[in-house]
Amino acid sequence: MAEINIHNLRKEFGNFVAVESSTFTIADGEFFMLLGPSGCGKTTTLRMIAGLELPTSGEIIIDGEEVGQKPASQRDFAFVFQMFALYPHLNVRQNISYPLVSQGMRRAEIRQKVGEVAGILGIEEILERPVSGLSGGDRQRVALGRAIVRNPKCFLMDEPLGALDAEFREHMAGELRSLHDRMNATTVYVTHDQREAMQMGDRIVVMNYGVIEQFGTPREIYDFPATLFVAEFMGSPPMNLIQFEDHLPAGTSHMTLNGQSIGFRRLQEEALGKLTLGIRPEHVFIDDQSNYRGKVTSVEYLGTTQIVSLEVANGDHLKARFAADVPIREDETVGLGFRDDMVTLFDRSSGRALRSAHKDGVAAHG
Amino acid sequence: MTSVSAMEPGRGQKWLAAILVAAYALLTLLPLIWILSTGFKSPADSIAYPPKLIFEPTLEGYVNLFTTQTRQTEEYLASHPPGNWYERLVHDKGMVIAGPSRFGERFLNSVIIGFGSTFLSVFLGTLAAYAFSRYRVPLKDDLLFFILSTRMMPPIAVAIPIFLMFRAVGLSDTHAGMILLYTAVNLSLAVWLLKGFIDEIPLEYEEAALIDGYTRLQAFIKVVLPQATTGIASTAIFCLIFAWNEYAFAVLLTSGSAQTAPPFIPTIIGVGGQDWPAVAAGATLFLVPVMVFTILLRRHLLRGITFGAVRK
Repeated sequence: MAEINIHNLRKEFGNFVAVESSTFTIADGEFFMLLGPSGCGKTTTLRMIAGLELPTSGEIIIDGEEVGQKPASQRDFAFVFQMFALYPHLNVRQNISYPLVSQGMRRAEIRQKVGEVAGILGIEEILERPVSGLSGGDRQRVALGRAIVRNPKCFLMDEPLGALDAEFREHMAGELRSLHDRMNATTVYVTHDQREAMQMGDRIVVMNYGVIEQFGTPREIYDFPATLFVAEFMGSPPMNLIQFEDHLPAGTSHMTLNGQSIGFRRLQEEALGKLTLGIRPEHVFIDDQSNYRGKVTSVEYLGTTQIVSLEVANGDHLKARFAADVPIREDETVGLGFRDDMVTLFDRSSGRALRSAHKDGVAAHG
Repeated sequence: MTSVSAMEPGRGQKWLAAILVAAYALLTLLPLIWILSTGFKSPADSIAYPPKLIFEPTLEGYVNLFTTQTRQTEEYLASHPPGNWYERLVHDKGMVIAGPSRFGERFLNSVIIGFGSTFLSVFLGTLAAYAFSRYRVPLKDDLLFFILSTRMMPPIAVAIPIFLMFRAVGLSDTHAGMILLYTAVNLSLAVWLLKGFIDEIPLEYEEAALIDGYTRLQAFIKVVLPQATTGIASTAIFCLIFAWNEYAFAVLLTSGSAQTAPPFIPTIIGVGGQDWPAVAAGATLFLVPVMVFTILLRRHLLRGITFGAVRK
């Protein structure tokens, strides 16, 4: 069990800055997601927490103890690799026993612990098999077994589901989450898959180019993206971004776009110049009274919902998610409205969301 | 009709391939068969023309290989009857055994120098290859090229400087000197071969071991070495074959206590000319250790133990 404080953590490889000074806290027992596109520094951050990379500067504090420069073997973390990294010359039982052997545990005790873990993961049957013949799912379970058998302070997972088939991934994601709930150990999980992050995480850090873009619960990050990057990265299809120029003084909660008044949460700062309006597809609705009109260019039917692509008067393209039974056809022109509490305004020059009256304080980007 | 995939060779092609392989095997085995059979011929049969394919086998060659003999008078021979089978064999030729030959020592020298330098080459080669593979070594590419460049000329090209150096530091005709020399020649091969094998071992195995609480050295011994056995075994075979068969330096640098078998075998001279059966017997025995070593390690050469353990 551990609380992990990351303070001004930075990593350079030669001239390349993999992780800019990052600061965040992972609470004890939390399922914590490091999310971002490939090359964003999330894996490097995880490897620094594990001790597989040493930080260029900054601190990693685990339960009050600074461990940044300590070797991996002394940190008591378990790490699940994307490619599993099971020792190929050992069988399943030996693989799971390995971390206990290094602690010098007695053989009978190791046997008993491995048995317990195999029971939890449902792999008693394959304990004596060599790892080379195992299916992807079984390998994943053995890798998890090796991680949980030693009861570590914290689990670190580097895209552990990335090597699995799409179908099986869903299943393992559920298994992982329930395993976490049962063990209640802090888990730090790296993924580039925003759905996985939303599905499993208690809290998410979104990274891009070594910089933390936003830090918060899945709901905060999805509903109130702190930057344009997060707005586009999260959600499928992503948030609609409509560019405009205007001057909005602090305290404003309305503006006019294409002759239509659009409401939003009251601004707490002044905005001037090139701005962007962000609205998620599911927060766009049909409003026959609206002057903001769009022509339907295509309709994707998805069963429970449908994704409608629209072209609006000034040439902008929007996507809207409507219930599956809303009758709508291609080439039809409809009036559009936006749920005003779900509109987010961004300053395009900084890429940052404008501060507005949120329900509660969402952590801004760090 | 059997279904044959596009990649599968037809029956005719298989036979053709089998015949070609058999013909090639015969071609390469013929000298070996000739040496083996000559070892069991009598000196007269060994130089008979046309060559004798069918002959009466005798162990004379092997006896001559392991012993030195002197010719004695009829009276002496009559008064000293032979005590066992090999004494009788010599006795019948009018000779008696004067003592053991030098073959045993020379053979032992070959074993010490061959296996000693092989061990040293593989040991140092594994450590160097691991460092080159895993660590950020300054000037890595230049160092690797430099190591490779030592193979770009025949080693014998530097025979004279080495001869002088060995004389100056007192390494001439010593086991240590020959082990060092063969190790120096083999090390470049060992480093390059082993680096290739170690590069193939995913870094995650070691990282997993570090996370599991092992030190870097323990991870190397417990995780990397078992993965590298295939590479180590094949490197050892190549190194041993070179050190075992090396002739030119052995002639040049050894003459007495550290002389290996290759320069010794041709010097076996019987009474009244070259004793070809004894030479052939020496060559036959000389082949045995390398063959046994190769057969013992063959299992490792064939087994791809890392197959399937990491998904790529």
